[in-house]
Amino acid sequence: MQPSIPTPTSNAISARYPAGALAFPHRDLTGIAHLARHEILYLLDEAEQWVALNRQPQKRAEVLSGLTIINAFFENSTRTLLSFEIAGKRLGADVVNMHAATSSVKKGETLIDTAMTLNAMHADAIVIRHASSGAVRLIAEKVDCPVLNAGDGQHEHPTQALLDALTIRHALGLAPGSDLNGLKVTICGDLLHSRVARSNILCLTALGVDISVCAPPALMPSGIEAMGVRPFHDFNAALKGANVVMMLRLQQERMEGQFIPSPREYRHLYGLTLDRLAKAEPDALVMHPGPMNRGIEIDSTVADHPTRSLITRQVESGVAIRMACLEVLTRRARGVPGWADSDGFGAGGAA
Amino acid sequence: MIPRPLTITGGRLVLPHGEPSPGTIRCENGRIVALGDVAPQDGDEVVDARGALVAPGLVDLGVFAVDKPAFHFGGITRAALMPDQGPPLDHPARIRFAAQSGKPDMWVHPLAAATRGLEGRELAELALMRDAGARAVSTGRRWIGDSGVMMRLLSYCAMLDLVVVTHAEDAGIAGNAVATAGEMATRLGLPSAPAEAEALAVARDITLAEATGAQVHFRQVTTARALDLVRAAKARGIRITAGVTPAHFMLSDLELVDFRTFCRMSPPLRCDDDRKAVIAAIADGTIDVISSGHDPRGPEDKRLPFADAEPGMAGAETLLPLTLTLVRDGHIDMARAFALLAGKPASLLGVAAGKLEVGAEADIALIDPHRPWIVNSDKMAAAAGNTPFDRRPVEGRVTALFKGGTRID
Repeated sequence: MQPSIPTPTSNAISARYPAGALAFPHRDLTGIAHLARHEILYLLDEAEQWVALNRQPQKRAEVLSGLTIINAFFENSTRTLLSFEIAGKRLGADVVNMHAATSSVKKGETLIDTAMTLNAMHADAIVIRHASSGAVRLIAEKVDCPVLNAGDGQHEHPTQALLDALTIRHALGLAPGSDLNGLKVTICGDLLHSRVARSNILCLTALGVDISVCAPPALMPSGIEAMGVRPFHDFNAALKGANVVMMLRLQQERMEGQFIPSPREYRHLYGLTLDRLAKAEPDALVMHPGPMNRGIEIDSTVADHPTRSLITRQVESGVAIRMACLEVLTRRARGVPGWADSDGFGAGGAA
Repeated sequence: MIPRPLTITGGRLVLPHGEPSPGTIRCENGRIVALGDVAPQDGDEVVDARGALVAPGLVDLGVFAVDKPAFHFGGITRAALMPDQGPPLDHPARIRFAAQSGKPDMWVHPLAAATRGLEGRELAELALMRDAGARAVSTGRRWIGDSGVMMRLLSYCAMLDLVVVTHAEDAGIAGNAVATAGEMATRLGLPSAPAEAEALAVARDITLAEATGAQVHFRQVTTARALDLVRAAKARGIRITAGVTPAHFMLSDLELVDFRTFCRMSPPLRCDDDRKAVIAAIADGTIDVISSGHDPRGPEDKRLPFADAEPGMAGAETLLPLTLTLVRDGHIDMARAFALLAGKPASLLGVAAGKLEVGAEADIALIDPHRPWIVNSDKMAAAAGNTPFDRRPVEGRVTALFKGGTRID
């Protein structure tokens, strides 16, 4: 039984966006910051076909057959790495994972040398996670293939923001092409150290969402309101009117005294319980990028709520979004009509 | 070898006061012996300045490396070497070595590390280092967090009559920050600290300077709030002075966009209002010294993720032209520019230089203040090209430099 393999650019999508590579004129995906609204929507719409494919029993498309994708993870990750690996494999690519723990990075090799090494192996796309903000961009400048940011320090995690937007769009039953205009989203937790929060703020504001952010002062980034969000310290006040509540993970090492007095005190002020969720809109949805600290930032009754929690659906969207990003960014190398160099590719440079 | 007497004619002398005025300068045995309307004597080497500015050689109060080509390009004849070396300048032998390291055509004035290893705990052998040639004491690029240590340091230095050059950033607040808290740091996700970290440090050290009678020089004061404290303390007669580098009056944290590591400074670049406050403080005399903070760093220190890169810039070559922008914009006059670049730093170091006056060391720069050139990080005289001013057109270039009355080629 051979499933029907979706064509990369269905007519429905191409009708809404500029032709060919102009729909997404970036070689890399290093952040949401440089993406225009229509470029974000383009990636979301491209992901729809992969959501459909991933629900089939036979989940393989051979679009990237013969291509090599390197997942270079300089920081520990299970979920994101797995998601990128599955995405690459379902597209038919050869996927190789490089873990910092088992690499020469530990032997003192510089990031640039590692990048040059990966480049010399003729990867067709490199997916990078690194603990330093800006590291992915630095590597992108040194390699010849598309680079995808799987999280750099406290800067950006663009595929997480895209998958969150896609998840919301599906949960609200919105058609492809729709933005999220007028929606109210509250993001709560350790915003200071969160790349997920930064990418989500950029992505959701571009799609017309009204965002409130909530954190204790020590975990609230300075000047965050300049990013077009309303800051709160009081969670109950921040929840008022929210259609979606996004909780952020509290890092273990920040729980003991440095930023907040204790996990239970954090839960007291910022834990999402069913009672607290009632302060939001009656049908408000709950999201969390994972992994969760159950009983600290989110209660199990909320996380496992059958109708309100989108947490497992976020994971599902994640694979589809990463497939879409890999497929779109490798079109140039694969010579997809309209995407080759001579077709005006590269107009936008790195994003 | 005793150089021939030198007479420079046809230039415009930059004297401690007033506009540059036509005049001749005559030097003998390495010192200035006559100024103004004087004639060369038989046997003098005569140099025609052809209308150039005849100014004192720059005295750079705070460099991190001895980099002669860059210093000579920038008209710097004396530089105070920061103790942040490997190993730190916390021992008399290292001071003695550093003090000889530039001679004869460049004088290095080492600054003694205030504490052993610059660790902020035990006082270093300051009197021995003074007698080995240290012209002042410095906490380096670090702040002494223990106020008790700082107070004992200042009272000891007051007794030894040594200026203490301090780094004003409260380490508890600054932590591992690499940027100033604000929109740019937030957007880039860089570890940041509020600008108040500087004011807090300045406030403490002003208090301790007053209590101990020590003379404190804040090597860099970069925020409006800290400058207000300095201004007020000076008005009360406390013996403090303040310096800055051109980066903090030319650039703001907007430059960090795209994670440009050449803009990673210590202290970090501030918001634009602070940048303007620095210019105002230079204009009103709150800031006494402009230095280069020269710190050439190659790609192994700079081609890294922003937070992992070393701070600092190669600043010796651009020190003069960037300071001259303040003259061109009318914030200061030419005499004051050279007070900031040479006169005041020389007096803080206690050296008879930095001014064109009879008896002073004949460290002289001939300068074409309007000569245009473009900063190019690939073609710097410095040991490395880490300048945030790459590709920037500037004006002002040294056309000849004399150290102790001898021309440097």
